[in-house]
Amino acid sequence: MPQTLFEKVWEQHVVVPETADTPAVLYIDLHLIHEVTSPQAFSLLRERGIAVRRPDRTLATMDHSTPTTPVSSFKDLAVVGESAANQIVQMETNCRDFGIDLLGFDSDRRGIVHVIGPELGATQPGKTIVCGDSHTSTHGAFGALAFGIGTTEVGHVLATQCLLQRRPRTLAINVEGALPKGVGAKDLILAIIGEIGVDGGTGHVIEYRGEAIRGLGMDARMTVCNMSIEAGARAGMIAPDDVTFEYLKGREQAPSGAEWDAAVKRWRDLGSDDDAAFDASVTIDAGKLTPMVTYGTNPGMVVGIDQPVPERAGDPSFRKALDYMQVESGQPMTGQRVDVVFVGSCTNSRLSDLEQAATILAGRQVADGVRMLVVPGSQQVKKEAEAKGLDRVFRAAGAEWRESGCSMCLGMNGDTAARGHLTVSTSNRNFEGRQGVGARTVLASPATAAASAVRGRIADPREFGEQD
Amino acid sequence: MQALRTIRSRTAVLPVKDVDTDQIIPARFLTTTSREGLGDALFRDLRFAADDEPVADFVLNRPEAQGCEILVAGNNFGCGSSREHAPWALLDYGIRAVISTEIADIFRSNSLKNGLLPIVVDSDTHAWLLANPGAEVEIDVVASTLTLPDGTAVAYPIDAFARYCLVEGIDQLGFLLKNLDAIENYEEARS
Repeated sequence: MPQTLFEKVWEQHVVVPETADTPAVLYIDLHLIHEVTSPQAFSLLRERGIAVRRPDRTLATMDHSTPTTPVSSFKDLAVVGESAANQIVQMETNCRDFGIDLLGFDSDRRGIVHVIGPELGATQPGKTIVCGDSHTSTHGAFGALAFGIGTTEVGHVLATQCLLQRRPRTLAINVEGALPKGVGAKDLILAIIGEIGVDGGTGHVIEYRGEAIRGLGMDARMTVCNMSIEAGARAGMIAPDDVTFEYLKGREQAPSGAEWDAAVKRWRDLGSDDDAAFDASVTIDAGKLTPMVTYGTNPGMVVGIDQPVPERAGDPSFRKALDYMQVESGQPMTGQRVDVVFVGSCTNSRLSDLEQAATILAGRQVADGVRMLVVPGSQQVKKEAEAKGLDRVFRAAGAEWRESGCSMCLGMNGDTAARGHLTVSTSNRNFEGRQGVGARTVLASPATAAASAVRGRIADPREFGEQD
Repeated sequence: MQALRTIRSRTAVLPVKDVDTDQIIPARFLTTTSREGLGDALFRDLRFAADDEPVADFVLNRPEAQGCEILVAGNNFGCGSSREHAPWALLDYGIRAVISTEIADIFRSNSLKNGLLPIVVDSDTHAWLLANPGAEVEIDVVASTLTLPDGTAVAYPIDAFARYCLVEGIDQLGFLLKNLDAIENYEEARS
């Protein structure tokens, strides 16, 4: 029987099949952990005297509550707040006590968990990958089944390397045609969420398919899969192909030699069979897309940058969102005054994201009164960007070049925006208060963020002409 | 986890769609290493103004909402992050069930593992509940029904295993640990 990519990966990991009364026991190949959602799970293991079953399948780092202020030595990093500092110490203690290697403050391989997994080659096609973080969907860009879990489930995986799961349904999103010049992966995924809604993928695993998806590089594919959860889908997947293999080849944890050849042969068979059936499907015409920006307080409230904010009469939630954002139906988002620009997060902090922003900023200045933070996704991304001189471009333009971390995406490390201030952000959530109490967020691509930084107002990156 | 068999309570109504986990508990409260005491952070920025004074017209601050154990909210409750702090905060505050027309996947999974009951009802029942805040309703977890004040019993869907764990107060780790032999066999067969 023909199978989808998801079905193949799922079936290969069923330890005990599901029944009407009990969920499946699903094996997890790679468990990513960070300081915020793991402490209570380790406490549970301690209470019950249980060891971590597979420390070798556990990849640990610190990213959420860690400072990103530039320092000459990691010893100088000042953690904001006593409880965040305690959480970081706890992470170090837990990893030491349970025999898990931690890519901590002093590691040059530290970074946002969803950036370093792929970067180290730990993320691979056909794997099951989980993390106590909803943006684990990012890793689906490699044809892995990757999804976010809660802390109780983090404990389950630490203890048994397995999870109890009901099999989700499948949703095919076919992106036909090619993206126009100046329109990128972030614009595409925002348009998809706008189309299917923030609950359009609930209960489903998405597979992104079609010509436009095949044409994306790995950084761009990760941007797309990353925001699957913003459409309600715990996981989003893309079939692995030569682009995937090219990215992985030679990476630290990727197979090598004869094992590499065998792996690639196996991975090539993972793609959905030609006549595999999906529970639902949606088709998007890539050729019609423009740069996208959000206008409301969830990622589905999104509009083409040259379009007016829509009207939805008689919907109090919609009205509440517009009031919070201080925008009006019928007016475009372009021209709105910007206070902060944030380029970073597990959505858009990889080298090609930074390059897109730098292309626009080169030889230009961040507008007066605008604070721009550029936060690379990992220490490796930082190093690569510096080797290409991007840090000099950002600094010369007047932007801050920071250490890696989640930073302003969720503002739990001290990087926040002030009440009422508007941030154009390359992150994934424009929820009320996400980037600071009372702060307003407009989600956009790195190109749109950089263009807006230069203008001091929300601006269309196509005006700058250099984007491809 | 405590066994959960029946809940009888008046409802508190938050008639907003897409209530995300950042609203349920803002990220600045996630630096804790404990599950306890998060009730104070529940809906923090909706419940309290900039000067830390309670917002008088926020549903949970109204006198009639005191002691309510059931929260009725708009469609797609709990969307956003995987933070289990969201159900921990609701439970610590005293909420034991959330009713909506749709509940986000990770939030639902996290809730069920902590004894917080996520209930999805049809749009007519939902509309009635939204229009009648403070209605006294009864939830029978064993029968998976929600009984309205007029005696109408509305069946709601729930995974059989999740219901069993709720009703018996069993945590799921014990069940997983019983499968260790199968897990070992699986690992051996693949290596």
